[in-house]
Amino acid sequence: MRTVGSSVVRKEAWQKVTGTAKYTDDYAFAGLLHAKMVVSTMAHAIITSIDTTEAEKIPGVRAVLLGGSYPLVGEAIRDRPPIAVGKVRYHGEPVALVVADSPVLAKKAANSIQVLYEPLPVVNSATQAFEAGATLVHEKLGEYKRDNEIHPPIPGTNIASHVKIRKGDMEKGWQECDSVVEASVSLSISDHAAMETRCSIAEIGPDGKIKITTSSQAPFMVKRLISQYFGEDMGKIVVETPLVGGAFGGKAAVQLEILVYLASKAVGGRPVKLRNEREEDILTSPCHIGLDATVKLGSDRHGKIKAANIRFLWDGGAYSDKAVDLTRAGAADCTGPYAIDNVWCDSYCMYTNHPYASPFRGFSHSELSFAIERTMDLLAEKVGMDPLTFRKINAIMPGNTTPTRVLLNNSNVGNLPKCIERVHELIQWDEGEMIALDERFVRAKGISCSWKTSTIDPDAPSGVILTFNPDGTINLMSGVIEIGTGTKTVLAQLLAERLNMDVNNIYVKMDVDTQTTPEHWKTVASRGTFMAGKAVLQAAEDVIRQLKAIASCVLRAPIEDLDVADSRVFFRDDPGNGVHFKEIAYGYQYPNGNSIGGQIIGHGHYILRGLTHMNPETGEGRPGPEWTVTAHGIEVLFDRRDCTYKVLKAITVVDIGKVLNDKAARGQVMGAMSLGLSFAGRETFVFDSLGRVRNPQLRTYRPLHYSEAPEYMVEFVETPQIDAPYGARGVGEHGLLGIPAALANALSTAAGVSLQKLPLVPEMIWKAKEHVRP
Amino acid sequence: MIPFDFDYFRPKTLQEALQIFREQMAMGKKPYYFSGGTELITLGRVQLAKADAVIDLKKINEVRACRIDGDHIVLGSCLALTEVEESNLFPLLTKTASEIADHTSRNKITLGGNIRGGIHYREAVLPFLLADSTAVIVSAKGVTFKKMSEVFQGSLRLENDELLVQLITERKWASLPFVHVKRRRQWETGYPLVTVAALMSDNGIRVAVSGLCAFPFRSEKMENGLNSKGTGIEERIKMALDGIPATVLSDVEGSAEYRMFVLGNVLRDLVSELEGGIVV
Amino acid sequence: MKVHQLELRINNEKRMVVVRSADTLLAVLRRNLGLTGAKPGCLNGDCGACTINVDRLPMKSCLMLAIECEGKEITTIEGMHNTPMQQAFVEHFAFQCGYCTSGFIMNAHSLIHNRPNADNQMMKEWLDSNICRCTGYEEIERAVKDVLRKNSQIQ
Repeated sequence: MRTVGSSVVRKEAWQKVTGTAKYTDDYAFAGLLHAKMVVSTMAHAIITSIDTTEAEKIPGVRAVLLGGSYPLVGEAIRDRPPIAVGKVRYHGEPVALVVADSPVLAKKAANSIQVLYEPLPVVNSATQAFEAGATLVHEKLGEYKRDNEIHPPIPGTNIASHVKIRKGDMEKGWQECDSVVEASVSLSISDHAAMETRCSIAEIGPDGKIKITTSSQAPFMVKRLISQYFGEDMGKIVVETPLVGGAFGGKAAVQLEILVYLASKAVGGRPVKLRNEREEDILTSPCHIGLDATVKLGSDRHGKIKAANIRFLWDGGAYSDKAVDLTRAGAADCTGPYAIDNVWCDSYCMYTNHPYASPFRGFSHSELSFAIERTMDLLAEKVGMDPLTFRKINAIMPGNTTPTRVLLNNSNVGNLPKCIERVHELIQWDEGEMIALDERFVRAKGISCSWKTSTIDPDAPSGVILTFNPDGTINLMSGVIEIGTGTKTVLAQLLAERLNMDVNNIYVKMDVDTQTTPEHWKTVASRGTFMAGKAVLQAAEDVIRQLKAIASCVLRAPIEDLDVADSRVFFRDDPGNGVHFKEIAYGYQYPNGNSIGGQIIGHGHYILRGLTHMNPETGEGRPGPEWTVTAHGIEVLFDRRDCTYKVLKAITVVDIGKVLNDKAARGQVMGAMSLGLSFAGRETFVFDSLGRVRNPQLRTYRPLHYSEAPEYMVEFVETPQIDAPYGARGVGEHGLLGIPAALANALSTAAGVSLQKLPLVPEMIWKAKEHVRP
Repeated sequence: MIPFDFDYFRPKTLQEALQIFREQMAMGKKPYYFSGGTELITLGRVQLAKADAVIDLKKINEVRACRIDGDHIVLGSCLALTEVEESNLFPLLTKTASEIADHTSRNKITLGGNIRGGIHYREAVLPFLLADSTAVIVSAKGVTFKKMSEVFQGSLRLENDELLVQLITERKWASLPFVHVKRRRQWETGYPLVTVAALMSDNGIRVAVSGLCAFPFRSEKMENGLNSKGTGIEERIKMALDGIPATVLSDVEGSAEYRMFVLGNVLRDLVSELEGGIVV
Repeated sequence: MKVHQLELRINNEKRMVVVRSADTLLAVLRRNLGLTGAKPGCLNGDCGACTINVDRLPMKSCLMLAIECEGKEITTIEGMHNTPMQQAFVEHFAFQCGYCTSGFIMNAHSLIHNRPNADNQMMKEWLDSNICRCTGYEEIERAVKDVLRKNSQIQ
């Protein structure tokens, strides 16, 4: 391998270290207007009045938008007014939108708008939402338009979706069990907290052309949804996305784009920018889903798990949007990476009066892992087995089936036992799970395993276009968004590898616009390398064919005698004899001036094959193409008196299939682990009894900082996925998945009490210990 | 982004600053003494602070003082916290300051700004409460010297036009053994659950606390409890905790019960450290 | 007067700007001067994405008024040209999305100049001023240590 595997520096690196990298808010121009939201201060309330008089008097205010005249929006269920109508359903919901000449004027005007509310009873958790007689977040649930006929909402309840898994024979399963445990775990809503807050710009031309620039993971979805929601012609909508300053799933949802489109429309199509302040990014824009789960697991006396009964109550917040898909994904992989023949799972998407959910890195899997892996430790203890051995015995393998009954083989699942073995060594498991240093301090270790497939739309596309420059270098265009993952650099590596050329002679277009860039469905779900990679390889074949065709004329030789490398086409048996790309990539000119060919333009596309919808009664179906598996280990230094701790080591071993860019892959895994530690250890929205978020700033909602990072150990197992580019599996999310669980397991061991809530702050550990104290 | 406008003044003398303040008041405007200004900028953005006239004090010599003056340490109110740390004239203060906000922010946050701040932690005041420091205050009436224990009652009790110029501390306090502990909800960053500063004086331990209640304080009752000789350590801690002068906070950082638990352990540790590990 | 004409010294150039008293330096850099390398992340002094150097010290430009900076030497990421810190960030993959990068580099650059012998503790103290949401910070640590090490070898 020439390029694949090496740590090629990301293509946009020098832009990013010189401040010249452009993100959406960096674009400004004369005539640009600025929008500002007024957001709800209540979680559930009737809007009794909105007074915009003062705002309208301010010179430079161009429009004030209120809800009422716009269609409902939402991806799975059209349940969300873009601007609240009649009542608000979460703290931070937009209730008005002001457009003005400058950001300061817009903010002044927004501040001057007086909104009066009459409070309603608040649904403050998923469990509360599920209770019989609970206050309804949506009274007219049955009347909403929707896309999901398979798992529809249940009118008269707060259930937006109910996904069932019914596999095997539960009665038989429980009969075979000698040990059974049941555990309830919960984690509250939190945030992505990408460093770039969301920002969108829209303008509408006199010809009806709608141009939207947005910090999004899904510009192609913006185009589709604006068309669907507002009846605009799809071809008239052009969505541009420059570099994106972190996303983690939070920018896969479509929200500001809708508001800014409406704002531009309200001012005759003039360009309008809407940028979230941090508080709005945390409160108003979609957040990281919460979960209340109950898991019952049973095993026989050899430690083989025989039955699992799982209930997930997802806190999808006030509007269902992507939470319905998160609920489905959680069900599809509900057991974690274990072979269990008898599985029953009910995964409910619950409406609450909380900010609504968008995907979060891992798409339900870090949350479900926390539930499963805590219960795994409890069951191992009950069986009297070492938790690592217990996991190894039950690890999912080729020949097993998933909860949705997909038969696994050597290609579509990685080698979990091998990952576990490596964690075993790296964390020095045999030294003991807990080592007392003195009366107060202990070192303790926890492990976990995880898996994930990508349950994206079965018809999700990805396309790539390659164009040549006259000097024989290549431009690569893909709809993948550069959100920080370095995927576009990896695509260039794949192309360089296939063409056996210098990766420096490949230029990558970083910005995406939906008119000229081929679609990549959404930059989510660790799909960039797999899908766009497949498209790149197909496009590479296309240009090789074209290059050889013209070279065969020039060299007067049959195509099959030719080969391609180092930006040349040459004779297989006489490599010194050939033509450089620069002589043929723009057509070839004979000495007398006659010319043939033309600019070589290659294309490739990919669509996932063989995915199926899940059966509404049994869950049977093929939700995703392959499963990446991981094992994690965490070592903490725990103070038994104070209940404080320091994370010493965090380990992830992931079966990546094939490492394409070593440093970039390590960076992805480490970064995901860091995000996992941060949300497991500290991050949560703190709701008051009225459902309001008390910590919507980065000084009270604190992501992990430099001095808080542990030592990271990242290792890779390479079991190729046969149909993936060079065997590489998706890996963008997997470093995160089992980290919260591993931390909880380590701390449960250290504290001597089962910790079943996130975040794992010392106060929570202290309370858990106090609770069990005799 | 500050959504309101204000006039900006940069006086070179205290007299000039006071005069601008008076004039603005007379015009019915709201003047604001501005040193680091971080609170006006951040709270102003979210409509929690407002000003019509900003009087930037940083060009005035007196508020930038940072020196030893005979037996006294003189620190100007507009010194950035990092300047205070680097001068290291008062080691306990160095430690206290170094735990406030973060390093870059401390290049902007000033000593006086923190002590006079609207955000209730005001941790920089703790060492001055312990060291019986003197606040130098100017107003139209002239210069007055007030004991910190007198002028700082939860917050800095200044009249409208009064301006904190300097803090003067006897050098003897700077050489005493001290402990400073900041405990947070989790790990190394963020606001305190409790911050405790303590000095070992000839008459026993002095202790001042921030984060526990809605204001920072030094409590004689707590100190008496902590210093009751001949009593067991647990009894001393209990008496100290009983001496807490106000309601203990329950907020996003932690509950009142947990704060009490943390404070108890912090006090145990600091007694042990200041009394040389010999716990009676 | 609520609007002022100011002369600011930025990246070794004198720049004239007209600003409101209430305009933060960050807003003026980005909107008036087109220097968009300093990023808005929180406008609250919490994230460090807007960090620049003022008289060679790291400052959060969202926490300063532009008018406070008259007579001071301001350096933004746009004033950095192929410095060792930029090279080290590239080499060590010390960023992913790049949004925090300008701020981190400006802070780290100031650190190595003002504290050439910085130890781990001092690095923590300084670098805790910025949030990076993408990396595990280890890459940033490597980059900064690499520059510190190379500088100490030169001395």
